[in-house]
Amino acid sequence: MEAMNVFASRLFPRENRFVSGHRACQGCGEALAVRMVHQLLGRNTMVASATGCMEIISSSYPDTAWSVPWLHVAFENAAAVASGIEVGLNILMEKGKLPKRRITVVGMGGDGGTSDIGLQALSGALERGHRMIYVCYDNEAYMNTGIQRSSATPFGASTTTSPAGKFSPGQQTWKKNLPMIAVAHRIPYVATACPSYPFDLADKVRRAAEAKGPAYIHMFASCPTGWRMNPELAVAIGRLAVDSQVFPLYEVVDGRLHLTHPVREPRPVKDYFAPQGRFRHLDEAAVARIERRVREEYQRLLERDGQILF
Amino acid sequence: MEERIGMESSIAIAEVVGRCDVDVVAAYPITPQTHIVEHLSEMVANGELKAAFVPVESEHSAMSVCCGTAAVGARTYTATSSQGLALMHEILFIASSLRLPIVMAVANRSLSGPISIWNDHSDVMSDRDVGWVQIFAENGQEAVDLTIWAFRLAEDRRVSLPVMVHFDGFIVSHMIEPILMPDHETVRGYLPPFEPLLRLDVDRPVSIGPVGIPDIYTESKFLQHKLVVDAYQPIVETLEGFGKYFGRHYHPVETYRAEDAEVLLCTMGSLSETAMTVVDRRREKGHKVGLMRIRLWRPFPFEDIYRAVGAVQTIGVIDRAVSFGGPPGPVASELKAAFYRKPQQPRLVEFIAGLGGRDVALADFERMFDVLLSTRKTGQVPPPAFVGLRE
Repeated sequence: MEAMNVFASRLFPRENRFVSGHRACQGCGEALAVRMVHQLLGRNTMVASATGCMEIISSSYPDTAWSVPWLHVAFENAAAVASGIEVGLNILMEKGKLPKRRITVVGMGGDGGTSDIGLQALSGALERGHRMIYVCYDNEAYMNTGIQRSSATPFGASTTTSPAGKFSPGQQTWKKNLPMIAVAHRIPYVATACPSYPFDLADKVRRAAEAKGPAYIHMFASCPTGWRMNPELAVAIGRLAVDSQVFPLYEVVDGRLHLTHPVREPRPVKDYFAPQGRFRHLDEAAVARIERRVREEYQRLLERDGQILF
Repeated sequence: MEERIGMESSIAIAEVVGRCDVDVVAAYPITPQTHIVEHLSEMVANGELKAAFVPVESEHSAMSVCCGTAAVGARTYTATSSQGLALMHEILFIASSLRLPIVMAVANRSLSGPISIWNDHSDVMSDRDVGWVQIFAENGQEAVDLTIWAFRLAEDRRVSLPVMVHFDGFIVSHMIEPILMPDHETVRGYLPPFEPLLRLDVDRPVSIGPVGIPDIYTESKFLQHKLVVDAYQPIVETLEGFGKYFGRHYHPVETYRAEDAEVLLCTMGSLSETAMTVVDRRREKGHKVGLMRIRLWRPFPFEDIYRAVGAVQTIGVIDRAVSFGGPPGPVASELKAAFYRKPQQPRLVEFIAGLGGRDVALADFERMFDVLLSTRKTGQVPPPAFVGLRE
């Protein structure tokens, strides 16, 4: 992959591997991120997909949106399947049964398929040290089944199983910190990324592909349907998430933390919440409470910027 | 070349898996399967076997890794038991639907609870309908032979299905017995290199495992059923081929002294060998008793069963699992269903025996034959019985 320091139009290879015609909702931030990742990774890539939105919208037989080899087995095992692809390719190349060449193996899943039901398979694959990229496309709930809460749903968000009501502010737990769980496996590369920041995203996908072991990318994936917002805001909302410090952009290379887009003068969290129906019920006090926590967490990242985390 | 050696069945199975030039073994330890995977990982560690051993974090991931490795065209092996098989359950259906020719040993063991590490067929029966070819080995030699055969059959392009080789946990898996071990070259002469039907290939990208909308789901299930049914012919042919090549002959259903039998006892797995001893004793006394051993469990060998039963009017079936609140014996149910297709049905006596490692002794078989002989005489079929139950 060439250096990416010029025009956006020349930043991404022209050829799509995740092609149009799929059935994603209008303004799907996740489909946008998937397209970018695979434009960047190119043709010598194999994908193991978890069950979820991206799987059902891209593979309704006899159609497929994938022009690279793609395998879907089940919901909770994309990391295990991807590790199998990696092991299989390596041993066949080693035994001379396949020509030797570099093939990037990618596992992908949503936040439910990764942080809840797929966490064990992910942990196993990261711990075993397979050379693969796992991308968690985080739209912060089980959108495919109808907006149920996951452990990645942010505090205060109203979902169909954490509904805001007279006795509940919506989701009552804080978002599980999945990228840091990945970091705890001491893998060579972990990053957060957001398709609203394509330069940053491209850089990280490239580094992930070059990592000599497992790489984990936690991808912000806006979901107009589940977040109850206008689809034309899919990209804008990613900017708001980053600029309000809600979604920090960083990478952890061989254990060293690096904030790739440090936000020192954040926008108010309410600016990020405002376009989204899932936060509409929150009063000022609730938003202030969430904002305090967001600032504290971001502050901790800033303090540890440049440090070795493990 | 074959060498006659005394060896624990599990070690012999692992050795022969190595001689099958397996590319990947992905497995999670569970008693009583452990000796197989321990030995395989040892062979890889010593460089005796050029393969990848993937020490996964669960059986669910074991089967998931196997799906990945088989999908890129690697010859793939795993082994499990009991709870491990149950944990794989979800992925077993997918492995067969994707036509991934994985070979798996199942050292049969009971299911919790109460937790029990000992042998019965609860695990097998819970995974009857997963679309795999399933075959039973009665001893270490058979387990070794059928493991080699399983790769041949699984990878037969007419079949391209995963295969389970069942054998009784501990009773077979941990038994040290004389085994004729074919050497590497001999196995290679029988087992050609794996040429998958479909593989993930960056030069010819395919999408495997798509969504099946209602318009195509029925058709895909029809074809899957047909595929498993039609696997029967390749199974018979490859078993014949195995017999010609190795001189050891296996059939979907085998009988023992059944030619002129008036009652037949039906077994699966290692109980057959004890049963044969009792058949011999009874024959010496002039009782016309015989044995029917079901070796092939899926696809179910209907015609072989009809042939083996012939005109026999009274059959006893030993089940080593319980369908709670059901008929209750799964194998007996299968036989009843098979004979319901016929104008006349034999009387069928159900025995539940050997659960969770309970020994089924010669005396138990004597009693079962007594029941069968009296059923034949009176025409009265007794209700299903738990053999050796302490009341």
